[in-house]
Amino acid sequence: MLLIQILIVAFAVFAILRALHQFRQGRLTRQWLAFWLVFWLFAIIVVILPETSEFAARLTGVGRGVDLIIYLSIVLLFYLVFRLFIKIEEGERQLTRLVRKLALDDFAKTKDENPRVRVTKSVENQEKFNI
Amino acid sequence: MKTIAVIPAYNEETTLADTLDRTRPFVDEIIVVNDGSRDRTRQIAAGKKVLCLSHAVNRGLGASLGSGLIAALERGADAIITLDADGQHDPAEIPDFIAALNHGADVVIGSRMLTRTGMPFIRQIAQVIGNVVTFILFGAWVTDSQSGFRAFNASAARRIRLRTNRMEVSSEIIAEAKAQQLTLVEIPIKAIYTEYSLSKGQNFFEGLRTLIKLILRRLTD
Repeated sequence: MLLIQILIVAFAVFAILRALHQFRQGRLTRQWLAFWLVFWLFAIIVVILPETSEFAARLTGVGRGVDLIIYLSIVLLFYLVFRLFIKIEEGERQLTRLVRKLALDDFAKTKDENPRVRVTKSVENQEKFNI
Repeated sequence: MKTIAVIPAYNEETTLADTLDRTRPFVDEIIVVNDGSRDRTRQIAAGKKVLCLSHAVNRGLGASLGSGLIAALERGADAIITLDADGQHDPAEIPDFIAALNHGADVVIGSRMLTRTGMPFIRQIAQVIGNVVTFILFGAWVTDSQSGFRAFNASAARRIRLRTNRMEVSSEIIAEAKAQQLTLVEIPIKAIYTEYSLSKGQNFFEGLRTLIKLILRRLTD
């Protein structure tokens, strides 16, 4: 076995252990655990038995097995980055909703008081809590 | 008719007091949206005895305008004016916006490109790019898609849904006005460019980020 094969297999085993650990901690859903297990097991098979990727390459019409793997990896990476992007956007939107609700609740509470009193109070609070 | 000015402010302690003083004669109420400023913006708003809505953390221009419009509607506004806190807009032009609303406009955009006085050349190019992007993505043509000086009547403010958080909101407002079939009118305004207000605008990379966000907004609609 070549050194690169040993390294990749070792990393795949490490990644599987991490995925299992994250799943037990409840940070990974069952579907994602399954995805990563299949992904890394597939990687181990292809690394140990490179002929399998050659077979897949011939099947899909790509020249070499290694090329096919790189193409697929790039597609997968793009997809994962896109997912992350959408997730972050969603998080940003929710954060804005939360911040807005807090601000508007505060605004509604103070608006009917005498402005002079309200102003002094908010300045005092601000200085007290160092907001 | 109750007119409320909504002024988004993020770290604007140097110009806010002056902007508030100059705006006050032309509106019934002022709401400063303090967007998580780390300077004395909030204290200055308090000192000037205007209403202040404070975001606990910085959420960007779009989020501030969204919050400001809701707060103004809660205060019973019939007309809502938005303008920048950095002093680049002349509040003395507010009556022109109100006049446009009274003539049947739902949304009024103050365009710096109808006069072009005092606008640096590089800014003019950036403007045209912003306008073209807004047109391609949302099919709405205006001469100054990035202007922060605007007016809404209450029903327009209620119908416009703002989902973007940051600078991309300017184009979003125009897109929404078109999508909601509101009457959008542009009126010429003069922009007062100072070194300070120029430093507050978008640079190249921010512009690029705004572009990406707008494309995403278009795709996920």
